[in-house]
Amino acid sequence: MNEAAATQSADIDLGLNIDVEADQYLTFIMADEEYGVDILRVQEIRGWEHVTPVPNTPKYIKGVINLRGTIVPLVDLRERFGVESIPYGPTTVVIVLKVIGEDSERIMGIVVDAVADVYNIEDGKIKPAPDFGSVVSIEYVRGLASINEQMLIVLDIDKLLSSDELQAMSNS
Amino acid sequence: MSVDMSQFYQTFFDESFEGLDIMESGLLGLDVGAADAETINTVFRAAHSIKGGSATFGFTVVAEFTHLMETLLDEMRDGTRMVTEESVDYLLKSVDCLKELLTAVQNKADYNEDFVTEVKVGLERLLHGDEASSKSEADKMAESTGDVEGWLIDFKPADYLLKTGNDPVRLINELSLLGKIETTCDTDRLPFFSALEPELIYLSWHIKLEGNVSKEQINEVFEWIDDDADITLSCLSGEPEKSDSSAGQDESAVATVTPVEEPEEPEEPLTEKPASESVPVASVVEEAKKPKADSKAAASKKPAKDQSSIRVSIDKVDELINLVGELVITQSMLSQLGETVTKETIEKLQDGLGQLERNTRELQESVMRIRMLPISFAFQRFPRMVRDLSNQLGKEIELRLLGEQTELDKTVMEKIGDPLVHLVRNSVDHGIETPEEREANGKPRKGTVELNAFHQGGNIVIEITDDGKGIDKDVIFAKAVEKGVINANESLTDEQIFDLIFAPGFSTAAVVSGVSGRGVGMDVVKRNIRELGGNIEVKSEQGKGSTIIIRLPLTLAILDGQLIRVGDDTYIIPLISIIESLQVEKSQINSIGGQAELYKLRDEYLPVVRLYETFGLKPDSTDLSDGLIVIVEGEGGQAGLFVDDLLGQQQVVIKSLETNFRPVEGISGATILGDGTVALILDITGLINLSRQSSERAA
Amino acid sequence: MAKILAVDDSASMRQMVSFTLKGAGHDVKEACDGVEALRVAQANTFDLVLTDINMPNMDGVSLIKELRALPAYKFIPMLTLTTESGAEKKMEGKRAGATGWIVKPFSPDQLLATIKKVLG
Repeated sequence: MNEAAATQSADIDLGLNIDVEADQYLTFIMADEEYGVDILRVQEIRGWEHVTPVPNTPKYIKGVINLRGTIVPLVDLRERFGVESIPYGPTTVVIVLKVIGEDSERIMGIVVDAVADVYNIEDGKIKPAPDFGSVVSIEYVRGLASINEQMLIVLDIDKLLSSDELQAMSNS
Repeated sequence: MSVDMSQFYQTFFDESFEGLDIMESGLLGLDVGAADAETINTVFRAAHSIKGGSATFGFTVVAEFTHLMETLLDEMRDGTRMVTEESVDYLLKSVDCLKELLTAVQNKADYNEDFVTEVKVGLERLLHGDEASSKSEADKMAESTGDVEGWLIDFKPADYLLKTGNDPVRLINELSLLGKIETTCDTDRLPFFSALEPELIYLSWHIKLEGNVSKEQINEVFEWIDDDADITLSCLSGEPEKSDSSAGQDESAVATVTPVEEPEEPEEPLTEKPASESVPVASVVEEAKKPKADSKAAASKKPAKDQSSIRVSIDKVDELINLVGELVITQSMLSQLGETVTKETIEKLQDGLGQLERNTRELQESVMRIRMLPISFAFQRFPRMVRDLSNQLGKEIELRLLGEQTELDKTVMEKIGDPLVHLVRNSVDHGIETPEEREANGKPRKGTVELNAFHQGGNIVIEITDDGKGIDKDVIFAKAVEKGVINANESLTDEQIFDLIFAPGFSTAAVVSGVSGRGVGMDVVKRNIRELGGNIEVKSEQGKGSTIIIRLPLTLAILDGQLIRVGDDTYIIPLISIIESLQVEKSQINSIGGQAELYKLRDEYLPVVRLYETFGLKPDSTDLSDGLIVIVEGEGGQAGLFVDDLLGQQQVVIKSLETNFRPVEGISGATILGDGTVALILDITGLINLSRQSSERAA
Repeated sequence: MAKILAVDDSASMRQMVSFTLKGAGHDVKEACDGVEALRVAQANTFDLVLTDINMPNMDGVSLIKELRALPAYKFIPMLTLTTESGAEKKMEGKRAGATGWIVKPFSPDQLLATIKKVLG
């Protein structure tokens, strides 16, 4: 367990778990970088399965899937950020997220290479990121954190998958 | 304690509008010669309810107005007034007026004061102005006596008093709140214990009440038991006054008066707070602004009561609960079976699965039915409308409504309302001739307009039939040529000619009558019906009449679809958009400018849409003769869709793409197939547009 | 405090009465006509019955008559909710055994005060 998690564990052992200081993040790997998303936004994690392509949409919109009766679009993050595609394999994972927009809530999925772990990160431990030329452009990054001396890029999911973005993306 | 009444307003408005509908249909159904007592009663009760509620919630103007109606109805109800055509008309007008008033109050907007006054005056005239007195409580208060030193009260309750739920002790307690009292109890009438009946009272009291108390206040305390007791009052200074004949005066019981009308501050011993606290109730949400200006403001604001709630019959909900119960049982049986699967259990498993499928299907149908309401809701406005219109146009028309119990989805019904109104107006205005014309043509004076609704296949069919003069094909044709919709030398079938009336901008009324030809038009009607996934057809015979046939899907959530395949992908075409499907005949393909392709179908040329191109798919073959052409119809016309194969037809549940994604042109929604995968539903109109755009781009 | 049965075919009236009385700490049950009220009254015990007069299926006056015939409700205070144009109705109610009446329209305060008077 990392340092941040260790300091939080005391609270968790007390069964309180209502720590307003730290949030939990689900981390995943994409193109050798590690990213984190707020766990409260993660609805579920699924393996890759057949997707129905939607015509006249950008390449990174792989299509839509059936999530217990709801139609959910899938975004391939690699293609979204112009990273070379890799074939989908057994570790390929779809993270289904709740995206909060201006006046709506949507469910969307992102296709990533693999899921890593869940960590507790204190709010204060997320530092603003300099534009260091990561794959994901800086506007979608909330900040950087450090886990086990590894850099974690904390994403702003709402910005990344907002409807404006989708519209803009589709017009390109 | 001050209660915020505004939370009850919405229910009151909902109830009142419903009540108005009941009143209207009751009044319309009244046979003036032999008025049905039950109907009058129903109308009366509705008015009474609205009056009570509006008064309680402080909508004084509404309450006053309704009071007039109620009084009139009450007289009709107890036989002291005849039910005449005039009074029914006035009552109908009052219902309209009331609708407007309520809408204005609900939306805090203005209303047409002139109209209201006019109708009010009419009602008052009918009533011969005898209702004026019951409102001015102020007159009755004239009885108020001034200051007194006190009273001597002889209180002898009737022996059965307790059986009315009253209790002398409580009453005496109340008196004690008015001033200082001294009581002596008179036990003279008490019988021997053995003769005593425990439920009766044998006691009476002499009470001395000191203080500045008015006779009214004392009368008030005893108000309810007036007939059940002997009460004698004498001023501590003077003569006795019997108060039990005061039944008439007690109308002024303080509890009734709407404080706003009170000329002076009343003493209200019942409420321990000053009357001024209740004033806000009366003055709240008053339609205080009543400019003499036009009623446009009130008229243009539609009542904001548009539902996100729906009334469902309890039977339907119970059925649903039962089905869910069965589903749960089936499902748990299956999971149990699933634990030990052997060759023998496979058959049981399959049976179970069959049962599950049945349960699910029935459940689905049941849930759908919850959203279904009888079409009578949409039809109910027509008797009034037709009656008014025919009066206005000097025609005699009988309206027949058939199949009123036919059910359809609530949303579909709401959206079909306006188109139906337009079509019925058309029949009345342009279809049915004047009585003279009809007689001259050997027809009965009275024309008939019939609305008929029934289920057919998976759809609901609504027919509007009239026995009027029918549609003159030549006039239509000429008009269409004039408007440039068609060429003069085109030869069209009768059906196609009738179809022309749906062309945009098309109105053959020589004078755009205020009644129907507002330029809203048949094209809008057709579009609305299209949007609902339905279609509309016209049949007519000159001189005999016309029939308009509307077909609509039973619900918006389900679609009859044709599955088609292009390469590995499955798409769905709404059956209602498909005209036919055929094998491609190479000879029928013509190409323009080397790009656009046209398919010759009988006498027409239709654009060919290569679905794989428009959608960027990989087909089995790009050679047209290897696949099929599906002739489809959209907003802008027909087209031939080129696909690899036709798969089955099935009913699909429409799922929105926009909920989590966004609208995609050419796609109207998605559905989940039996194997759990998603299939997209084609939007024919959008698809044809897309294809046209891309071929224009390519050119 | 007290258990009250409120009977009126108008949902908005029922709501208002219910809300007002509950706010004062009473326990309120509702019924939309005389038939339902009779059923509810027999399945429960009440300290007071408030009923409208004009209702479908069974009106207020009939309801009071029926209730008075039940041993449990012989002496229970019962008030009719009536409008001022129904003077005869008040008397009819009384003849059927009503304790008294409250005239509509009434404000919540008036309602509470009258209830207090009758519940002691």
